Amino acid sequence: MTTSHLLSSRLPHGGRLDRSAPLRFRYDGVEYTGLRGDTLASALLANGVLHAAPSLYRRRPRGVVTAGVEEPNALVQIDGPCSEPMQLATTVELYEGLTATSLSGLGRLDPNPDESVYDKMHVHTDVLVVGGGPAGLAAALAAGRSGARVVLVDDQPELGGSLLSGQEEIDGGPALDWVQAVRAELSAQADTRILTRSTATGYYDHNFLLVAEHRTDHLGPAPVPGVSRQRLWHVRARRVVLATGSHERPMVFAGNDLPGVMSAAAVRSYVNRYAVLPGRRAVVLTTNDHAYATALALVAAGAEVPALVDTRPEPPAGLVEAARRAGIEVLTGSAVVGTRGDARVTAVRIAALDADDAIAGTVRELACDLLAVSGGWSPAVQLWSQSQGSLRYDEELAAFIPAQAAQRVESAGAARGVLDLAGCLDDGFAAGAGAAGQAGFPIAVPATPPNSGDAPPSRPRPVWIVPGENGDPADWQDHFVDLQRDATVADVQRAIRAGMRSAEHIKRYTTIGTAHDQGKASGVSSTGVIARLLGARSPGEIGTTTFRGPYVPVSFALLAGRERGKLFDPVRTTAVHPWHVEHGAVFENVGQWKRPWYYPQPGEDMEAAVLRECRAAREGVAVMDATTLGKIDVIGPDAGVFLNRVYTNAFAKLAVGSARYGVMCRADGMVFDDGVTLRLADDHYVMTTTTGNAAGVLDWLEEWSQTEWPELRVRFTSVTEQWATVAVVGPRSREVVAALAPDLDVTNDAFPFMTARETRLASGVPARICRISFSGELAYEINVASWYGLATWESVIQAGEPLGITPYGTETMHVLRAEKGYPIVGQDTDGTVTPQDLGMEWVVSKQKDFVGKRSFQRADTARGDRRQLVGLLPVDPAVLLPEGAQLVLNAEAAVPTRALGHVTSSYRSAALGRTFALALVSGGRERLGETVYAPLPGGVIAATITDTVLYDSKGTRRDG
Amino acid sequence: MLLIACPWCGEREELEFHYGGQAHVGHPADPSALSDDEWGEYLFVRDNPKGPFAERWSHAAGCRRWFNVVRDTVTHEILAVQSNRSVAVGQPKPVITP
Repeated sequence: MTTSHLLSSRLPHGGRLDRSAPLRFRYDGVEYTGLRGDTLASALLANGVLHAAPSLYRRRPRGVVTAGVEEPNALVQIDGPCSEPMQLATTVELYEGLTATSLSGLGRLDPNPDESVYDKMHVHTDVLVVGGGPAGLAAALAAGRSGARVVLVDDQPELGGSLLSGQEEIDGGPALDWVQAVRAELSAQADTRILTRSTATGYYDHNFLLVAEHRTDHLGPAPVPGVSRQRLWHVRARRVVLATGSHERPMVFAGNDLPGVMSAAAVRSYVNRYAVLPGRRAVVLTTNDHAYATALALVAAGAEVPALVDTRPEPPAGLVEAARRAGIEVLTGSAVVGTRGDARVTAVRIAALDADDAIAGTVRELACDLLAVSGGWSPAVQLWSQSQGSLRYDEELAAFIPAQAAQRVESAGAARGVLDLAGCLDDGFAAGAGAAGQAGFPIAVPATPPNSGDAPPSRPRPVWIVPGENGDPADWQDHFVDLQRDATVADVQRAIRAGMRSAEHIKRYTTIGTAHDQGKASGVSSTGVIARLLGARSPGEIGTTTFRGPYVPVSFALLAGRERGKLFDPVRTTAVHPWHVEHGAVFENVGQWKRPWYYPQPGEDMEAAVLRECRAAREGVAVMDATTLGKIDVIGPDAGVFLNRVYTNAFAKLAVGSARYGVMCRADGMVFDDGVTLRLADDHYVMTTTTGNAAGVLDWLEEWSQTEWPELRVRFTSVTEQWATVAVVGPRSREVVAALAPDLDVTNDAFPFMTARETRLASGVPARICRISFSGELAYEINVASWYGLATWESVIQAGEPLGITPYGTETMHVLRAEKGYPIVGQDTDGTVTPQDLGMEWVVSKQKDFVGKRSFQRADTARGDRRQLVGLLPVDPAVLLPEGAQLVLNAEAAVPTRALGHVTSSYRSAALGRTFALALVSGGRERLGETVYAPLPGGVIAATITDTVLYDSKGTRRDG
Repeated sequence: MLLIACPWCGEREELEFHYGGQAHVGHPADPSALSDDEWGEYLFVRDNPKGPFAERWSHAAGCRRWFNVVRDTVTHEILAVQSNRSVAVGQPKPVITP
């Protein structure tokens, strides 16, 4: 940077600044001062600092280009307890002590936890107005006066939009006085809500929009007690008015990326709103009327403007005259064809263009330190497009504007190409009144107040590519199209030569428009470049690429809100949970449940604990908390008929007081769930489901009941949370239950397997005790109301203490059931497995029809090579097969080869004194005795295929 | 996110609902009478129109009732909502047509 720019560039008067409050801040390690009301970018410019970090790929010097969200260059990381990457210097509000580091396109994720609070809000409104400029304010005012509920959203700290940067007058006074009056009137309306520092980031189906509100970011990086840092508003609106304004486009010419090349509108904004002079000697380059105001503002602020270069051969005479009166030379039918300077613009090269945009005549060089460029205006149609509204290219405006709405939405003002103040006010009032009327609040369109300072513009002359002085487009590697991606005209030409024609393909080939700014300012310029290089008549023939949300980057912390850490997902615990915690259980997550996995004793690892727990269940007595199994009351005169239709086996004739294991299939015949169902009365069954699938099974039952068999009188109620279930397992479990339930005759004849008894425990607690076994051992399940769950568990422990009762967790449960060949739905099955594949033909009724039965006759389910559940015994009894391991017949087969199957469960067995596994193997039951191989990174494991039941195959143990 | 008018609860956010696929694909009365092709058609084949589509939804996080809607698959506009609320138990299921 040159010495002159170390001087303050702050103007002595004007701006929306609090001059009584100087703020210190640091940028790239250097301390500066700014004012309240500054952005980081305006404060830097006031200190003569124009530079952003060098470009990401080509390391070219870059500077601030814009004054808003469309900024392509000035990325910063903001320091704080948890620093924020990828912020724009042009939108970060200055605060005392702000510390920022410039970024070359990539931020750094801060590993420190973000302690700030992020909230979510939900609001329904009649009219949502996005944008607080003249059109949006007029729309909100009209809608608010109708009595409709109105939400007005604007991303700036104060309302006014473009009026904050201009010098227009409304109603006989400064436009910002009118803005204040509007704000006061809106604030007085009972049902109008104004959200400033809030950006509508996404527009989804049925007029659902997300709005990101920044509440404390402007106060500093630390959390502010009692206030969430940001809020994500979920807004559902009957009508939406998009008054999102427009973005000024850059122009594409040689060296257009040099620091000092800025948007003309941004220059005007820096001069008027921030009282900063970004340069001392400025050339203005424009395709349209708007940049004349910039040139005049620069002169009024004391800058020298040697020339205004207008691409149009005949700009409006009034504008030319006003410029000349201010001492500005107006060069018509011309363009800047190049820049000079190493780190910053020191001169521009200007030439006349002919009607085909070719350089005509000699090139003239003018010294300057600022080039203010207006390549025309692109309506901010991002939200409109997200709402699925269509666009059309307007040749008169040289812009894509909203065409057909897809939702209950309209655009107003500059967002649909209305570029003068009176037009924007008219448009806003009409849109607001129209939206209110559509939402059921009819109101006449308010009269537009008199205004001045911003006349309707005349026709622009876009020049999509200003030719280089030498070569052809393939050589123009300094004609930048996308600054953040360092993509140039030469890159676009290369894409076209590679065969790309559509804007979407060229975008992906060149990465144009894919950076943090998503091509807000440069998108249409890129389309213009493509059109030009393809020889299209206008960008309208090329079209835009798809606009996707979010409109501006949104932090993950905001999207997460309070749903993180412990609040990320509900945690379900059983009534016995405190005991498990107290006794050192290691937990595993099963769905949302916390289940004891195993209970290690001092010095034990998981393997030792599980072997001990298994031994206790097989040789003595052990106890498990089985509360998490899903429990559904199935009640009604037709309950039995209903269960007959959803289970593969019969339940209608099950005796009251008896239980039966059942399997449910989907209509395609694949196993969906299993469990034991108990009949308590003629019209009352209790179904148990797998822990993780309880909600899914309830949904399934209700679906068939409501949509297929509404004539069946049956209802379903989840009672999982109402009952605590304690499983007492092992050859000595009968002694424990006898002690616990003195009124119950526990002899095998009086209380046989798969029956249930209602009784009162010694403690006085009413209980339902069932003889159900998931281990093959004599076992009981004691069900009590959840309130008594912990006390009942403790009394079981107490009653079993003389027998050495051992609590066990899910891992031991899995080992015990696998030794018996009992599959776990969801572990040994995966939605492609039939009951027959599991070797459970016995559970499939031949008599009755049920959901899925027809599928067993399909050719695919009758294939002989279907994967069937088998047991596996590793040849080396000490080696444990990993679950999920793929199995092949020939260990030497060249890869890739077809897998024969895979391991679904694998454990060490105390009872067998060795390892074993369950697996799904193609045609497995025909392969008993064959050896299969699991080729693994550490070597090949050989295993022998066996029957699934590896322990007590005669079932001698279940009655004790 | 859609705003769906549950026939029992009124307008609610889509996230309260479960999607149930195409409506009026009834379980065949006698599956054993069907050919493999016909049964396969019931199991696996559904319409995928561009435009109005009759489909099932369940108010899973609300009243848990199933009902039918006609939704335009292009605009997501919901053109009709119908329940079996007014249909007596045992009567034919309501049919709504796109």
